[in-house]
Amino acid sequence: MMGPGPTNSPMPSPETILRAELPNGITVLVFENHSSPSVVLSGYLWAGSVSETPQQAGLASFVAGMLMRGTETRTFRQIHEALESVGAQLGFSCGVHTVSFGGKALAEDVHLLLDILADSLQHPTFPPLEMQKLRGQILTDLQRRAHDTTRMADLTFDALLYPDHPYGRSVEGYEETVSQLRLEDLTSYYRARYSPQGMVIAIVGAVSADEVIDAVSSVLGDWRSPDAAPNREIPPPVTLPERRTAAVRIEGKSQSDLVLGWPGLARNDPDYMKARLTNTIFGVFGMMGRLGDRVRDEMGLAYYVYSTLQAGLGAGPWQVIAGVDPAHLDQAVDGILAEVRRLREEPVDEQELDDSQSFLTGSLPISLETNEGMARAILDMERYSLGFDYLQRYPDLVRAVTVQDVQEIARRFLDPEVYALAIAGPQ
Amino acid sequence: MTIQRDVLDNGLTVLLKESRHAPVITFWVWYRVGSRNEVPGITGIAHWTEHMLFKGSEAFPKGEIDRQIARNGGMMNGLTWLDFTTFFETLPADRIDLGLRIEADRMVNALFDPEEVERERTVVISERQGAENDPTFLLGEEVVAAAFRIHPYRHETIGDLCDLQTITRDDLWRHYQTYYGPNNAIVVAVGDFEASRMRARIEELFGPIPARANPPAVNRPEPPQRGERRVRLEGPGNTAYLEMAYHAPAAGDPDFFPMVILSTILTGASGMNLFAPPPPNRSSRLYRALVETELAAAVSGSLSPMLDPFLYSISATVRAGRGLEEVEAALDREMDRVVREPISAEELHTAIKQAKAQFAYSSESVTNQGFWLGFSSIIVSTDWFETLLDRLEAVTVDDVHRVANTYLLRRNRTVGHYVPQGPQEA
Repeated sequence: MMGPGPTNSPMPSPETILRAELPNGITVLVFENHSSPSVVLSGYLWAGSVSETPQQAGLASFVAGMLMRGTETRTFRQIHEALESVGAQLGFSCGVHTVSFGGKALAEDVHLLLDILADSLQHPTFPPLEMQKLRGQILTDLQRRAHDTTRMADLTFDALLYPDHPYGRSVEGYEETVSQLRLEDLTSYYRARYSPQGMVIAIVGAVSADEVIDAVSSVLGDWRSPDAAPNREIPPPVTLPERRTAAVRIEGKSQSDLVLGWPGLARNDPDYMKARLTNTIFGVFGMMGRLGDRVRDEMGLAYYVYSTLQAGLGAGPWQVIAGVDPAHLDQAVDGILAEVRRLREEPVDEQELDDSQSFLTGSLPISLETNEGMARAILDMERYSLGFDYLQRYPDLVRAVTVQDVQEIARRFLDPEVYALAIAGPQ
Repeated sequence: MTIQRDVLDNGLTVLLKESRHAPVITFWVWYRVGSRNEVPGITGIAHWTEHMLFKGSEAFPKGEIDRQIARNGGMMNGLTWLDFTTFFETLPADRIDLGLRIEADRMVNALFDPEEVERERTVVISERQGAENDPTFLLGEEVVAAAFRIHPYRHETIGDLCDLQTITRDDLWRHYQTYYGPNNAIVVAVGDFEASRMRARIEELFGPIPARANPPAVNRPEPPQRGERRVRLEGPGNTAYLEMAYHAPAAGDPDFFPMVILSTILTGASGMNLFAPPPPNRSSRLYRALVETELAAAVSGSLSPMLDPFLYSISATVRAGRGLEEVEAALDREMDRVVREPISAEELHTAIKQAKAQFAYSSESVTNQGFWLGFSSIIVSTDWFETLLDRLEAVTVDDVHRVANTYLLRRNRTVGHYVPQGPQEA
């Protein structure tokens, strides 16, 4: 009924994204958006937990957590005071492959955000007292995790599907590993892995692209770390030769959580879009797809039951996640597996596929509404080498998936006999 | 920011705001009913009724709303809380008519099929069970119930389990018939549209819906608290939690604005983004007093704008190896200090700047703006939202000191301890 207005800002595209590579290997991506007086900054560098040994689990995450706890010129207090006093925020978080950072500020404070980002990355001092404080917070969190059904089901599932594999270990670590980490473990990890080489930083908001690239260059352009080797290695995919199940008993809880799944595929896999459509039909579309229709709506067994395809740099898991009454666990698993069989045995309806395709293409404007949403899209294009024209090509990629593709993918990935199942709860 | 405000002949309030930065429109319907309007025996009914409005009408059979919104690339949801029940659709601008048609339809035509009511009973009970898995939910429920003896804010929006087991289809139907009249509702649209055309379409779809009798008023004000109340809750786990809840002014009370400044200084700025975690509070007084001193692993505060006076709650996660008593003692020292000594001008200035930044961030999304327009209209008025930053800027150091001395007193608070009973894994 109403068409787009004349003042809409443009979509990220090869024409609107400014990309620069600094001599030290940092890629800077800028997209100007002047619709609100704020700016978002996000990015990553190659210092994730993949480089840890099993005995050091939690080390990379600990290091990332220490970056903003003291630098050569600022204390913990000064860093956070400076940010929060202008309503800005910045944080680091560790994943398997990369350490990500994200922040936002009023546009007038973008230089402060860049200064603190650059300082935290290049000049952290790892003060022992701050290390002790952070260790206490991590250990408290791990203690909470042990009684959290959602997190324990997830952790147990990863260990089942990925034994002896970096994807099978907790990025946050374990009580016994985190309590053993020493200051020199942290500092040597930092020296070995933190490098501008391959780092990417995206800035979206009410800024001038040329000016902000100069600003990044002036605070991060001189960073050199010749001794560091950023780890861009992708661990091999796993296979699941037999059904594996495990249950963690947590007394006193009202609900059990379950994770049921299989090895999935990487974001760069040529079949990714087919798998994404299959997953959308399976457990996303509308109110949690076919899984939601059967297990929540028809069987009334769960408040949430959905599927997620974690296709990243490597082949992450393809999971069904549900929170169910402990008395109904078996019924819920049966309901999930019945939907797996149906997806394999019966071709999906043309209309159902069309619904999911319309959803994936149609939801683009909303996903790109905010600075955060645009930064996320731009970083994905860079991280997975999708090309900056990806958003323009995207509708055709989605539309190219066929009913046969969905059935073929379901048969290849989703096995109703062979799966990993982790349950955490009072059962 | 120009808001066009109108009231249709049937009493429906219409709030429109053009925002052309992205080709997206958000459409909300707000009903002036929440768990505040419930009585024992039917607690949880506002939330359950909200669920039933997704369960089918003649025009949109069960599942059709989900399917059509998703098919059109939109997002939608229903939210129920103490003061309101609301539904929204955010869609690409050229698809928004679907949202308007869904909302006009379900204002009167939801079926409440008895079989669907029964299926939803187990879903709502599961939702409660999921919440019960979190010790902080259990503690919060106990603290609020102790803080309010009279006012219906005393029970959780999800409802008490016994009521969720016994509420009938007729109870739900009666709730729907009582509260879902256009004269008890506000519609809000924000985004990429021309206000006059949007206004005409809303009139066309909602205008014919007849007004209902005015719903009963809630008139059970909470008497002043005359002494500290304490609750102790035991449960599984190894982690202890502390909650301290002070009775606080309603959003429409002039004291609310200095109270916002006070809560910002003590526990950090409040986020205004519906879909984002709260902003960090590492420079706040209580973070310094509890977390930097290694007594707590985390501390947070919550001061929600409410229709009736509610609570300013402070929650702390006790660090492994530390005790509830020492955390409470440290908290008391800080609370006593803020009552005794005025805050600094710099603290005031910083708190105002933080609020401005949160306000700017939240304006990026039309969905957020739609939320705030409708929400402020329910609790006070849209003026309240439009003048929020001005009102905060007008707060003085003395205002804050006076408000601290009015509300942050021990006799005005409820203290809750969650005492973990240790590991019980098999």
